[in-house]
Amino acid sequence: MERFRHIVQIVSALLANCRLWITPSSPIYKGPLKHICFPGLNCYSCPAAPWACPLGALQNVFASLKASLAAGKMNLGLYVIGSLGMVASLVGRMPCGWFCPFGLIQDLLFKIRLPKIEFWRPLSIGRYISLFLLVFVLPLWFVDSFGFGQTWFCKYLCPAGTLEAGIPLLIMSPELRTAVGALFFGKLGILSLFVIWSMVTTRPFCRAVCPLGLLFGMFNKVSWLRLRFNQGTCVDCHACELVCPTGVLFATGKDDINSTKCIRCLRCYVLCPGGAVTIEFSSIMKGENLDIEGCNRNQKQGET
Amino acid sequence: MKSRTPLLFFIFFCLVTVAGIVLGEPNDVFQKAVTICLSCIGID
Repeated sequence: MERFRHIVQIVSALLANCRLWITPSSPIYKGPLKHICFPGLNCYSCPAAPWACPLGALQNVFASLKASLAAGKMNLGLYVIGSLGMVASLVGRMPCGWFCPFGLIQDLLFKIRLPKIEFWRPLSIGRYISLFLLVFVLPLWFVDSFGFGQTWFCKYLCPAGTLEAGIPLLIMSPELRTAVGALFFGKLGILSLFVIWSMVTTRPFCRAVCPLGLLFGMFNKVSWLRLRFNQGTCVDCHACELVCPTGVLFATGKDDINSTKCIRCLRCYVLCPGGAVTIEFSSIMKGENLDIEGCNRNQKQGET
Repeated sequence: MKSRTPLLFFIFFCLVTVAGIVLGEPNDVFQKAVTICLSCIGID
C-alpha cells in the first residue's frame, strides 16, 4: 500500500507539473487548464504547472473582493470553494497524503538518514493562523486605494511558491533577477527552514502551517470516506502512532482518528496487526454506513 | 454522524461550484493564474 501511495504521489506530482514545453519567452502555461484548481499545493506560477493553485485562487478572491464588489461584479469565490468542498466531502484530507506535490517533497526529504526529532504538537495551531489570518482576514482587510489587497500567504510564507516558481523563474528570466530583494531572500530562508525541518520531522509544513490541509481536514469527520478505530480489537502495540506522519494519537485517545491532522495516508490501517483501524464508506443509497471491517480484515490476511 | 451527510455536502458544493461557473468565476481564476505572481516568488 505504501509503495502504491508513493507511485500515486509521483504520478500526481508529474500531472501537476506536466508542461514540458517551457521556453524563456513563455515562462508559464496560459492554456485552458488554468481554469481548474489542482487539489494540492502547487504554485500556478511554476513554469511546469498547467493548473491553478486553489489557495492562490482563494486568496485572490478575497484580495480583490472589495474592488470587484465596488465595480458591481460578483466574485465570491464560489467556484474555488465549491470545487475544494466537492473533493473534501468525498475524501476529506486525502489529497494531502496522496496528491500534493509539496507533501511528496516532504516525504522524500524525511527519508534522508538523519537523527529524527518529534513535532511539537502546539505548533499545529499555526494552520489556523495561516488559514484565517493570511488567507481570509488580511487579504480582505488591508486593501489599497483601489480596493485590492495582497495574497499574504503566497507573498510572505508559501515555501512551495519559492521552490516551484521563484527559483525556476529566476533561473529562466535574467530580467527578474534584477528585481530580487529582501523579500525573496526571506522566503528562501523559510523554504530552507522547511527543507531542513522535513529531513528530521515528518510533514512539518502540513502539520504547522498548511491552510489548504486544514480546509480539507475540516471535512475528515463528515466525508464519504472515513476511518474507524475499534478499541475492542486494539492490541495496544501503538504501531499506528509510530507510523503516523502527522502524529494523530488516536490509540491513546488524545486525538480523534478523523482529526483535521489526518492526511489519510492509510499507513495505520495497513500496519495495524489487530485490524482495529478500518475504512468506512458512507452508503449514499441506503442511508446506512457501509461497514467493511470484515472486508478490510480479509484483504489484510490476503496481503500477508 | 448520519451517513447521508457526505452526500448532502457533496451536492451542496456541486451547486456552489455550478453557481460560481454561472457567475463566470473560472475566468477570474484563469486571469490570475496566467500572470506571473511576482509577490508569490518574493519580488515586490
